Amino acid sequence: MPDGALPVLDVRNLKTVFRTRAGEIHAVNSVSFQLRPGELLGVVGESGSGKSVTMMSLIGLLPSPPAEVRDGNVMLGDKDLLKIGEDGLRAIRGRDVGFVFQDPMTSLNPVFTVGFQIMEPLRRHMGMDKARARKRAVELLELVGIPDAERRLKDFPHQFSGGMRQRVMIAIALACDPKVLIADEPTTALDVTIQAQIIELVKGLREKLGMAIIWITHDLGVIAGIADRVMVMYGGQVAEHGPVREVFANPAHPYTRALLKTVPKLREPRADKLRVIEGQPPMLGAHPTACPFRARCEHAFERCARENPPRREIGAGHDVACWWDHRTGEPV
Amino acid sequence: MSVPRKKLLEVRDLKMHFPITGGLLRRQVGAVKAVDGVSFDIYEGETLGIVGESGCGKSTCGRAVLRLYDITSGSIKIDGTEIGTMGQSALRRMRPKMQMVFQDPQACLNPRMTVAGIIAEPLEEHGKLSGKKRLERVYELMDAVGLNRNFANRYPHAFSGGQRQRIGIARALALNPRFIVCDEPIAALDVSIQAQVVNLLEKLQDEFGLTYMFISHDLSMVKHIADRVAVMYLGRIVELAERDELYERPLHPYTEALMSAVPEPDPAIEAKVERIILRGDVPSPSNPPKGCNFSTRCPKVMDICRKLDPEYREARPGHFVACHLHDAGIMNNEPSAGTTGATPRNEHKQQGEDA
Repeated sequence: MPDGALPVLDVRNLKTVFRTRAGEIHAVNSVSFQLRPGELLGVVGESGSGKSVTMMSLIGLLPSPPAEVRDGNVMLGDKDLLKIGEDGLRAIRGRDVGFVFQDPMTSLNPVFTVGFQIMEPLRRHMGMDKARARKRAVELLELVGIPDAERRLKDFPHQFSGGMRQRVMIAIALACDPKVLIADEPTTALDVTIQAQIIELVKGLREKLGMAIIWITHDLGVIAGIADRVMVMYGGQVAEHGPVREVFANPAHPYTRALLKTVPKLREPRADKLRVIEGQPPMLGAHPTACPFRARCEHAFERCARENPPRREIGAGHDVACWWDHRTGEPV
Repeated sequence: MSVPRKKLLEVRDLKMHFPITGGLLRRQVGAVKAVDGVSFDIYEGETLGIVGESGCGKSTCGRAVLRLYDITSGSIKIDGTEIGTMGQSALRRMRPKMQMVFQDPQACLNPRMTVAGIIAEPLEEHGKLSGKKRLERVYELMDAVGLNRNFANRYPHAFSGGQRQRIGIARALALNPRFIVCDEPIAALDVSIQAQVVNLLEKLQDEFGLTYMFISHDLSMVKHIADRVAVMYLGRIVELAERDELYERPLHPYTEALMSAVPEPDPAIEAKVERIILRGDVPSPSNPPKGCNFSTRCPKVMDICRKLDPEYREARPGHFVACHLHDAGIMNNEPSAGTTGATPRNEHKQQGEDA
């Protein structure tokens, strides 16, 4: 990946707030990241870390109210997605930005054939007539490895297995040659052997088509296998971000460090006792004025409760939001 | 492990078929063979891990063992008592011995009962404790699973997923059971919470001498918690062995593929993993393939696999496998067997292909 290339997607300072009767919930706090052409950015985090909400905010998929994108810029090329309005977004979704969601059964429409659903974006965005769209739909199904594609166009989603449905979702997402593909836990609902098939497929498609991918997951193993860069989120903000090998080899944030130690590894000797991250994930609430991880952090000190740490660069493209320096073991 | 251990649970040829009905008269037209003849033992104080993908019958197996179903056939002996054919009232007297921890702590706790009420329920049903003693026991259990006593009068919704799972565990412990089936107890939890619950289960096992059947799809976690592991595929146990033996020297091609598919949270190792990508999907348990159940996806399939169901046999001491490749009698007579000597370790790119 050329490092100097202009990013396809440039997110700055994104803030998303949910307004509820109990007050505001700051789900995404000043999240910034860039996505370069052809790269795969892995986003890891637990439930409530803000990883999905961040990506939904980018392209206006959150219902408003209660959600409100309060601040930030999302530059896709020269367009700011937060300023182009619903019509502008509609022209972008499915064309420049494709999506794959976790559960393919709920994201496919059960009453339309798979063929219809693949042809829909082609006809809408690319202005294709029915015959051409159909031809392209067959190509797409073949591309994602669905055998007997011509015949299966007439099938409904329930006639496909979980893995096959996820392939269909990928075919739909890729229909208009998007610049960016956002995959939100695309393999979480699948079995490991089927997950391995889908990961293999996405790796191949990336080489062939060269789109940039954002892959959201809670599974560190999946990230280790496919991502170029990884962004670790906690409590609605970015805890650590960097090249995948660097972050896994030299994790800087206490959360990343603890997370990597707590998961048992299949191909390494068994540990006698699992390392534990004590405490519970944070409850999101008002704008955080302290580090969200401090209550569970083994290195927390007085400043962590006083100030929310900003992201600071600690290596080439590697940054961390923490007041504790993992190299010296002292406060910065 | 040299001391001859006592078998707490003996399961022989357990079958659990669910009828499929059809037509105007709702006659039975077929059966989903969720569990189709499994045999295994669980020794006192050990953890038997059951792994497999969705639909392989691992949960059904766990529930059938506790007789939450009326089993189709087979024998289940717990502590020498046959419960496979036992009637409900007799079973009820057995219940304190055998308990279950469920996957979804949200769904298995009554939202309108307080934590104290939930944990005390089995005590009320099966015990004769006075109200005061009962509450004492509830507190004791809450301490054992790491819940704050002060929260005894709160409702489940006030707790996080990990804490709810602790409530479920406390309830399972209430009657001093000897055997607990843990059905995917950590699958619904966040990564950072899973280790807490697993360590708790291990601590309780030591404290109370519990025996676990730990059902999970997470092979890494099962490697951590289980003493022996059984791998299920389409209603059958395809392989069962001591943990280290199974993970270091898997014999069945399915076990090999399953393990190779697990992503490793380390990019350096991940880059070197040689993946066996299986083709297609698991066949339907209502219409399993002829011969070996795995023959439709097996990278090492031979002609005989499509004809003859492999026998579940002890290939090495304590290591059971159902595969023709490890049956000397078959391998010596099989003409195509020679080709399987070179293990197809390379990646199989052909994907798709509905089985």
